[in-house]
Amino acid sequence: MAENTLYNEKVMEYFMNPKNVGEIENPDGKGVYGSPVCGDMMMITIKVDENDVLTDVKFKTFGCGSAIASSSMATEMIIGKTVEEALAVTNKQIVEELGGLPAVKIHCSVLAEHAIKCAIYDYAQKNGKTYKGLEGFDPNADDDDEGEGEGSCGGPACGTN
Amino acid sequence: MDYSATTPVKKEVLDAMIPYFTENFGNPSSLYSIGLKSKAAITEAREKLAHLIGADPAEVFFTGSGSEADNWTLFGISDKLKAKGNHIITTKVEHHAILHSCEFLQKHGVDVTYVGVEKDGTVDLKELENAITDKTILISVMMINNEVGTIMPIKEIAEIAHKHGVLLHTDAVQALGNTPINVKEMGIDLMSMSAHKIYGPKGVGALYIRKGVNPSNYIHGGAQENKRRASTENLAGIVGFGVAAELAEKNLENHIKTCSELRDYFISQVEEKIPNVYINGNRTRRHPGNASITFEYIEGESILLLLDSVGVSVSTGSACSSASLTPSHVLTAMGIPVERIHGTVRFTVGDFTTKEDIDYVVENLVKIIARLREISSVNEKEGWK
Repeated sequence: MAENTLYNEKVMEYFMNPKNVGEIENPDGKGVYGSPVCGDMMMITIKVDENDVLTDVKFKTFGCGSAIASSSMATEMIIGKTVEEALAVTNKQIVEELGGLPAVKIHCSVLAEHAIKCAIYDYAQKNGKTYKGLEGFDPNADDDDEGEGEGSCGGPACGTN
Repeated sequence: MDYSATTPVKKEVLDAMIPYFTENFGNPSSLYSIGLKSKAAITEAREKLAHLIGADPAEVFFTGSGSEADNWTLFGISDKLKAKGNHIITTKVEHHAILHSCEFLQKHGVDVTYVGVEKDGTVDLKELENAITDKTILISVMMINNEVGTIMPIKEIAEIAHKHGVLLHTDAVQALGNTPINVKEMGIDLMSMSAHKIYGPKGVGALYIRKGVNPSNYIHGGAQENKRRASTENLAGIVGFGVAAELAEKNLENHIKTCSELRDYFISQVEEKIPNVYINGNRTRRHPGNASITFEYIEGESILLLLDSVGVSVSTGSACSSASLTPSHVLTAMGIPVERIHGTVRFTVGDFTTKEDIDYVVENLVKIIARLREISSVNEKEGWK
């Protein structure tokens, strides 16, 4: 493989050989975040068992190398965790696990974190559950904390289509 | 597959350059023999480049790059003709060397009109003519667009400009060696060129300035380039540019024919083997090597990285691969929806591309596109959301 200096080896590995690609049939929760207009959109589907443990998580992502790598890493990080534990995973942790992302690509990890929250929100809504980690989470909020300016990419947030 | 980004230096070019780093290193401004020898070498290179474009050698000025030639034109003409007016017309699809220089000039009292383009990337001539006012001093339109390869009707634009007494500049960095150019027949007043796109070295460009046109100097200092552009000459670079120009002239017809055939073969293979693709730009009036292709439902940087992993280099219009995270201004101006811009990749073939290379690229591309579409959250069945 040609050496790529845009991303580190770990990011490239997760991009080239992503784990948990796909869409779970009859998922317990589904979240779509981002938009193709902005260049990246993630769909996360989850299976949750009776103990509130995420037994399976799959993703599909339209996006660049770091968006795909972030999605892949994020799904791997939350499989086997309880819903509450999964909600505690931050984009910073995703970046750390990936061994770092270029500054302009950090928003890809934010996208992954939000997509997971969207899927869990969907699960919580459907099952009448409340989670501490979802407190203050607004599925319709704009992801505009990147300082990208008004009218730029970000919101509206969650979708399940 | 990225010859429009840059080209390798041809062996004949390098061989001609090497002595000018070592034994013939004299400063062309020095009056002793090795200096004079250097001066003679520059004169010869100037003649070769002038011949390629149908100019008088005295109208060719070497610069440090194509970008410098663009900057010199815009700054030099807007200063020289400030008594006449302060309005420049250009297009929305120019290279950043033009666009960013224009934005700078706008901060300093110059009015700039950015004319739109048709769907195929050709400048809208009506809009261009309508933009001309009695304050207009310069029209700058590129000869070939670097992203989509569309060849602009420069001769017609020159006629429009001259009808209104306005100068015409063209950025011919992508066009040189890729389409026949005759500055006299085409009515060009100023023209930017670069060596590294025609198998010459990086770090050397040129500006054609028609006799009688006098942009103010941009780089001030010594008396080089007939007192028009200071800086000790990039001797070996200029020699290389000269040889590259000579080769480009000799090979022009064959280069255009060979590259277009390979490019057309590539496009037909892609269209045959990969669904949901669009070819951008004009299909006939086009850079011989350029294939700008949109792959729906996936993103260009991913394609670029996976192609790179199998040793294939390409460019993309996707925002995700640009430092500013903004999608290609050229594709935007052509009215291509932004989600498709993200999936647009530019391939360019050149003199060292073979049919086997194309087959190798297509074979890998088919797999890469299928793989990314499998991963993508957008698909043909449901369409864009």
